[in-house]
Amino acid sequence: MASIFDILGPVMVGPSSSHTAGAVRIGLVGRQLLGAQPVKATVYFHGSFAATGRGHGTDRALIAGLLGMQPDDLRIPHSFEVAKEEGMDFVIENRDLKGAHPNTAKIIMEAKGGKTLEIQAYSIGGGRIRVSKLDGLDVSFSGETNTLIIRNEDRPGCITHISTVLSLCQINIATMQVFRSKRGGVAVQVVEVDQVVPQSALEMLEKKDGILKVTFLNVSEKE
Amino acid sequence: MSYQSMEEIYKRCEEKGIEFWKAIQLEDAEERDVTEENSWNQMKKTWQAMIDSIESYDRDLMSASGLVGKDGGIMEDYLEKGDALCGKFVAKVIVNALKMGCNNACMKRIVAAPTAGACGVLPAVLVTYYYEYGIPEEKMIEAMYVAAGVGQIIANRAYLAGASGGCQAEIGSGSGMAAAAICHVKGGSHEQLGHACAMALKNLMGLVCDPVGGLVEVPCVKRNVGGAVNALAAADMALAGIVSQIPVDQVIDAMKEVGDRMDVSLKETGVGGVAGSPVGQEVVKRLFG
Repeated sequence: MASIFDILGPVMVGPSSSHTAGAVRIGLVGRQLLGAQPVKATVYFHGSFAATGRGHGTDRALIAGLLGMQPDDLRIPHSFEVAKEEGMDFVIENRDLKGAHPNTAKIIMEAKGGKTLEIQAYSIGGGRIRVSKLDGLDVSFSGETNTLIIRNEDRPGCITHISTVLSLCQINIATMQVFRSKRGGVAVQVVEVDQVVPQSALEMLEKKDGILKVTFLNVSEKE
Repeated sequence: MSYQSMEEIYKRCEEKGIEFWKAIQLEDAEERDVTEENSWNQMKKTWQAMIDSIESYDRDLMSASGLVGKDGGIMEDYLEKGDALCGKFVAKVIVNALKMGCNNACMKRIVAAPTAGACGVLPAVLVTYYYEYGIPEEKMIEAMYVAAGVGQIIANRAYLAGASGGCQAEIGSGSGMAAAAICHVKGGSHEQLGHACAMALKNLMGLVCDPVGGLVEVPCVKRNVGGAVNALAAADMALAGIVSQIPVDQVIDAMKEVGDRMDVSLKETGVGGVAGSPVGQEVVKRLFG
C-alpha cells in the first residue's frame, strides 16, 4: 500500500520514477548487497530499459546508485565522470533477458579484494524496485528493509540454524522466503528482519556446514 | 488501511468535526506509526523541495535529446511583456508548469506528484498562488495533504501510471489533486474540493500517454500546463457553487474503466498518438538510429 509520500514523492532527479529513480535504487541495492563500492561492473539492460534507457538517463542513474548516490543526488547526470574519478570501471550493454520484467537490469559486480555478486532487479514505478535474482537464483525482495540472504545446500537443519542464530541475537524476523534450484541443490533464504544483524552473527551463520554464502543488506546504515 | 473513497474521508471529517487535510494527516500518522508532527515536517520538506525545484530552473539547459528545456524561459519573457491572454496570474502558472516539466527532462531535482512526468501541475498551481497572494505556509502544507489524499484515493481505485491508464492517470490525476488542493486554500468545503477534483478529472478523461521516443519530454512538458490551467478552472467552478453531477468516486472509477479499455499503443509505449506522427518518428530515427 502506497503512503501519501509515495503519492507526493519521491523527491528525485528526473525524468522518470521508473527509469531514473528506480535505476538509482537498483544500483544502490546492488552496492549494498556487495557490501562495498564495486571496482568493476557489467550492466545489462533489458526491455524498456534497453529501448528508452539512454533517453531517461537510466545508464547514468544505475551507475550513480553503484557509487552510493540516492535518487535525489544532483550528481546523477555526471555519474560517469564520478565513476572515472573514483576508479570504477563499467560496461553497459543491452541484452535480452528471457522472461524478465520490461524494466529489468542485471549487474555483475566485483569489489576490491575479488568479492563478486550478480543481481537482477526490476523497477515497478514510483522509484520502487524488486530484486528478482541473486547469483543466478530466483529471489524476490524490495531492498527497502534490512534483508539477510543466505545461500546454502538444500538439506535439513539450515533454517533451524538461521532462526536459532537470529533469536540468540534478539533479532525479529519480519518475513522469510525459501527458494531452491532443485531438490538437494542450492537453496536461497531471504529473511527480512527488523534489526541490524551484527557481524558476529553473520560469521556464526557462515561457519555452519552447508551454508555457502551470507549477504546482509543493511538499509539502516546511512552512507 | 488507507482511505478507499472520498466518501469515506467526508464521513470521517463529519464524524470527527475535522477538515479534509487533517483526516489525511491523521491517517498517515496511524499508517506509518509516526507522530502528527513528524508527518507535518515531512510534508513541509516536500513542499520546500517543490519551491526549490522551480527556483532551480536554468533557461540555458536542454534535455539530452535536445527536444525540451527552453520553454520556461520563453514563456517567462512573454509574461514580462504583460500582454498574456490568460492574465498575469495564469501566465505565471504556465511559466512554472513549464519550468518544472523542463527541470524533470533535464535531470534536475523534482517532486513526483503523482509522477515525475506530471511533476509540474501541483507546484505550478500551489507555489504560484503562494507567492502571488502571500498565503501563510501552513495553509499550503494543508493543501499538500489534500492533494496527497486525493492522489491516494485515485491510486487505490484506479491508477497513477501512464503505462497503466494513459496520461489521464498522470496529468489527469495531478490536475484533480491540484484542483482539490487550491480549492482548500481558497476556503472551499470538503464537498467543494471533491467537486473540483471530479470536474478536473472529467475534463482530462481519456487523455492518452504518447511520448515521442518514450521520453518524458514531448508532449509531457506542455501537458503539465494543460493540467495546471484545467485545475484552476475546475476549482473556480466548484468555488462558484457548480457541482459535478457525477460523484467524484464514480468519476475515478470511470477513469479506470476508460484506462482499461485504452489501446496499449496509447499507454507510454511510444507507438500511438503524437509519438506515431511522421515528425515523432523522424525524431526517434534521429535519436536512436
